Amino acid sequence: MSASSPGNLSLSSPPFIDALLGAEKSARLLELVAGLDPAALHWLSGYAAGLAARPGVAATTGAISVAPTATPAAPLTIVYGTQTGNSRLVAERLKHQTESSGLPVRIIRASEYPVRELAREKLLAVVISTQGDGDPPDDARGFCEHLLGKRAPRLEGLRYAVLGLGDSSYPKFCEVGRALDARLSELGATRLVDRADCDLDFEPIATGWLDQTLARAREAIEPRAPAVATVVPLRGATTAPTISKEAPFSATVLVNQRITGRGALKDVRHVEISLEGSGLEYAPGDALGVWAPNPPELVDAVLKQQRLDGAEPVTRDGKTQALAVWLSEGLELTRLSRPFLERHATLGASTVLQSLLAPTGADSFRALLKSHQVIDVLRQHPAPWSAKELVLALRKQTPRLYSIASSSKRVGEEAHLTVAVVDYTAFGERHLGAASSHLATRGADAESVRVFVEHNERFRLPENPDRDVVMIGPGTGVAPFRAFVQERAEVGARGRNWLFFGEQHFRSQFLYQSEWQEALKKKTLHKLSLAFSRDTAAKVYVQHRLRESGKELYSWLEGGAHLYVCGDAQRMAPDVHAALVDVIAEHGGRSREDAEDWLKTLRDERRYLRDVY
Amino acid sequence: MSTQPKPLSEVEHIKANSRLLRGTLAESLADPVTGAIATPDTSLIKFHGSYQQDDRDIREERRQQKLEPDYSFMLRTRLPGGVCTAAQWLVMDGLAREHANGTLRITTRQAFQLHGILKGDLKPTIARINASLIDTLAACGDVNRNVLCNPNPVDTRVHAVVYDWAVRLSEHLLPKTRAYYELWLDEEKVAGGEEEPLYGATYLPRKFKAAVAVPPENDVDLFAQDLGYIAIIEDGVLQGFNVAVGGGLGATHGDANTFPRLADVLGFVAPERMLVVAEEVLKIHRDFGDRGNRKRARLKYVLEDRGVAWFKEELERRLGFALEPTRPFTFEHNGDRFGWREGHDGRWHLTLHLDSGRIADRPGAPHLTGLREIAQIHGGDFRLTPNQNLVIAGVPPESKEHIDAIVRAHGLESFRTSSPLRRNALACVALPTCALAMAEAERYLPTFVERVESRLQAHGLQDANILLRITGCPNGCARPYLAEIGLVGKAPGRYNLHLGGDARGQRLNRLVRENIDEATILDVLEPLFAGYARERQQGEGFGDYLVRAGHVPAPPSRASQAA
Repeated sequence: MSASSPGNLSLSSPPFIDALLGAEKSARLLELVAGLDPAALHWLSGYAAGLAARPGVAATTGAISVAPTATPAAPLTIVYGTQTGNSRLVAERLKHQTESSGLPVRIIRASEYPVRELAREKLLAVVISTQGDGDPPDDARGFCEHLLGKRAPRLEGLRYAVLGLGDSSYPKFCEVGRALDARLSELGATRLVDRADCDLDFEPIATGWLDQTLARAREAIEPRAPAVATVVPLRGATTAPTISKEAPFSATVLVNQRITGRGALKDVRHVEISLEGSGLEYAPGDALGVWAPNPPELVDAVLKQQRLDGAEPVTRDGKTQALAVWLSEGLELTRLSRPFLERHATLGASTVLQSLLAPTGADSFRALLKSHQVIDVLRQHPAPWSAKELVLALRKQTPRLYSIASSSKRVGEEAHLTVAVVDYTAFGERHLGAASSHLATRGADAESVRVFVEHNERFRLPENPDRDVVMIGPGTGVAPFRAFVQERAEVGARGRNWLFFGEQHFRSQFLYQSEWQEALKKKTLHKLSLAFSRDTAAKVYVQHRLRESGKELYSWLEGGAHLYVCGDAQRMAPDVHAALVDVIAEHGGRSREDAEDWLKTLRDERRYLRDVY
Repeated sequence: MSTQPKPLSEVEHIKANSRLLRGTLAESLADPVTGAIATPDTSLIKFHGSYQQDDRDIREERRQQKLEPDYSFMLRTRLPGGVCTAAQWLVMDGLAREHANGTLRITTRQAFQLHGILKGDLKPTIARINASLIDTLAACGDVNRNVLCNPNPVDTRVHAVVYDWAVRLSEHLLPKTRAYYELWLDEEKVAGGEEEPLYGATYLPRKFKAAVAVPPENDVDLFAQDLGYIAIIEDGVLQGFNVAVGGGLGATHGDANTFPRLADVLGFVAPERMLVVAEEVLKIHRDFGDRGNRKRARLKYVLEDRGVAWFKEELERRLGFALEPTRPFTFEHNGDRFGWREGHDGRWHLTLHLDSGRIADRPGAPHLTGLREIAQIHGGDFRLTPNQNLVIAGVPPESKEHIDAIVRAHGLESFRTSSPLRRNALACVALPTCALAMAEAERYLPTFVERVESRLQAHGLQDANILLRITGCPNGCARPYLAEIGLVGKAPGRYNLHLGGDARGQRLNRLVRENIDEATILDVLEPLFAGYARERQQGEGFGDYLVRAGHVPAPPSRASQAA
């Protein structure tokens, strides 16, 4: 394009573009770039290069480099939406198995899926998780809105499969998968296989669904030779790490330090765990999975309440061990699940519980899940469980995930956690959280905990260290931001760091106060906005501080800052979101709708990332 | 000294750069990241009546918790002569419960102290104190501090006249900066041209303490003051004051150049000249005090280094008139007179004893509540004594019974039930809030008193009127160097033992043993108690006995006839 300015760009298409894209696309491209300034054009070239480099995208855009000769078999399109990475894991496994079967396949994150292509799809697999109160993961919001909305096309020609992932301790378990499944059917599409809903322990159900889906997909697609000989599975079986969720590392607890002061209503611990010798690596944003046995007193209480013998051997999933061992290490006791409650209500012929489980009891059911552990239900609504039935009905234990609060560049082979200890009295009895009480009682003798690293690609610092970051992390949501600030200091990032933190009391619950003060002094933290809700008559939360700092916040965002939110999903995240919309509307001179779109763009560009739970 | 080129102390620079005590206090108060204020501001906020402190008991615990020290602020009132109305009492009581740690403390300078105020609560607290017509200006800092006065001005009519002079003295020596009103009371900012005519931009080299005594009572410990006025009363009429200058008790462990010193009586002035004399004494301190070394910056060292004669000459030169010869006076004691006393006007005054001046609600002793109830029905006023006690003053005879009932119901009877040792004892705050403390004082006093009581009892001395004072450091807030038994904190659980003061505030005691623990202190005291029980003369105090019997060398004293 030599010296000609973009404004003078000829609208007649140069021959090589026509050759590459075809006349129609090349005309559209030229129309698109007309009038863009050099900065935008440079950006666009980078954007296109980025698209080309993205795994999964190559399959769709491969047409660019290969002149279309014959119509290939319609591929299986796998769309996933993920918050913690589990959906992506399952989706990728489906992709590899499909590939290995020699079938054409493409995999796309929901946020990157061009929804207008939906009408042309022939085979679609959706793997999607449900967050909080029946919400889609952040990266699938647009996809779900489109599909569930009025503008969704008819899909008579489509065959599809949906796998939902969720957590049965939430009332709207796997709601998103359920809704998409119903909607696709409503739009005229045909089920390839029935939908399946996975609980936290997703492996068994996901595996069954994968096998079925693959088998049906094979029938649907003309079998052919492996598409490209050079396809390399992303995760080779031979390079599987030795430490995994299933085979955790027995790590030594180095420090277990309470970091809330006297008078605090919460016991929050700073826990330092040695990863020495594990080979485990993590990046800021990752979580540490912790396997923790249930509190021994809780196991005893359940046995006593049901008058069961802890030594009785019980078999589940081909494994036989004593009831007490199942209750300690195999099953969830501190979180209720719907299937257990359903079984319990039947067994105990409890009309109260049954009414809670009815659709009209949703609110009460939600309240029950939040306030009761298994033992409370056993006590309040007695039912005659046998050891075997109990073991089969209780949900399998899942590890707890804690955002890692350290940067390995600062702390070496350690991972630091910020753990809110769950320890309260309800119904006249002490209640403990399984993992938090396990961690809170480690330490003095350098006891060990079983851990693994759960990578979270959805929550990463900007690749460009010159970018500013805004971190919103009230309560223990501040954990990953301690890692972020450490990391940015260690790599000498030039971008500024702005942290919003909130808790109840300044004096006793200002988590990591002295570290933040030090970071401010060293200019590795540039701004710290604080909200302590119970120090003043009017309760002040981080979202108030966001609004107060709206002008400056908006200018940071306009300047390319990345925005992170970590912490409570029920109240904080929506309140923060609403505050952000207000800030963008007010200081960007936009309507609320446009402000929402602006934020959506940030999200799509992965500049508005959330790790909420 | 002023001619000798010497680097100024850090605080002098802070004062000089403070724009008359403003510094960066406004920014410090607004900083939400810390409960503290910027380091230079900690020097300036003292002039506003407050010290930044932290709970030293939990300093290490909080460090491990990754929390900053538990910062809070002590707030001290300026309350000349310690007089406050019942309505003012109720304001202080309310603030103690709402913004402080639930206690009020009466200081050895007749002021209220509130402890444990968080930074964000300072402004509303100071605003409410001011709204009640008390202030905190110049309650601390390098200025004239709260002016002491005999707390029972209704004893005779002339006591009231003397009290008025004490108030005028306090007002006369106040700083003129508007910084206080801007910071705490939202006064419009001064455009410029503001001056500090008396003090100048750097104020005094160190604190300045003034008191007015009405003989024969020396409850203000007049000789421990930078400037003391001894009221001379003839036939019920105030004739004027003897002027005493250069007292001060603060010292530094291990620094022989620092020491407690009793004031020298220079002469006599008529009442109407007391303000101008005070002003010139203060200016001599301003001009000649050591601004290079705060440990040796009090006025007493100017007298010590240049001589009393020089000082008198300098003062008279500045005044333009000579002081008259000192008039005779006699001090009989420096304690309080507990229980009910009738005033000249037929109204009654009840002096209560409070351990270390602390007023709190404790199990079996809800003192704060009891005094609040009294304030709610009391038509007279309250007087805070320099011995950390409290006078409920101006009670009509018919109300005595009601007040007695409240006193009984709230465990406030220790003025009647405690041993003389306990009633007369003083202790400073020390740990956990005072940054200077090296050992316990207030919290240790009850234990130590009990130990000594049992020793005294063994010798039949349970009614002996022995003056015990404990401080957590050598700075002397509880005036330990004038006590018959003085403990000066050296390290946790260890004290320097001083013996041989009198009970009139006219003789310094002597350092007897250094850095000893409780058992050793009691071992040292044991034979002295035995000897005192055996050999004391009629009416002879413990300190006087120790000196007479040669157990301690005769310490320097200001005989009552001294001139």
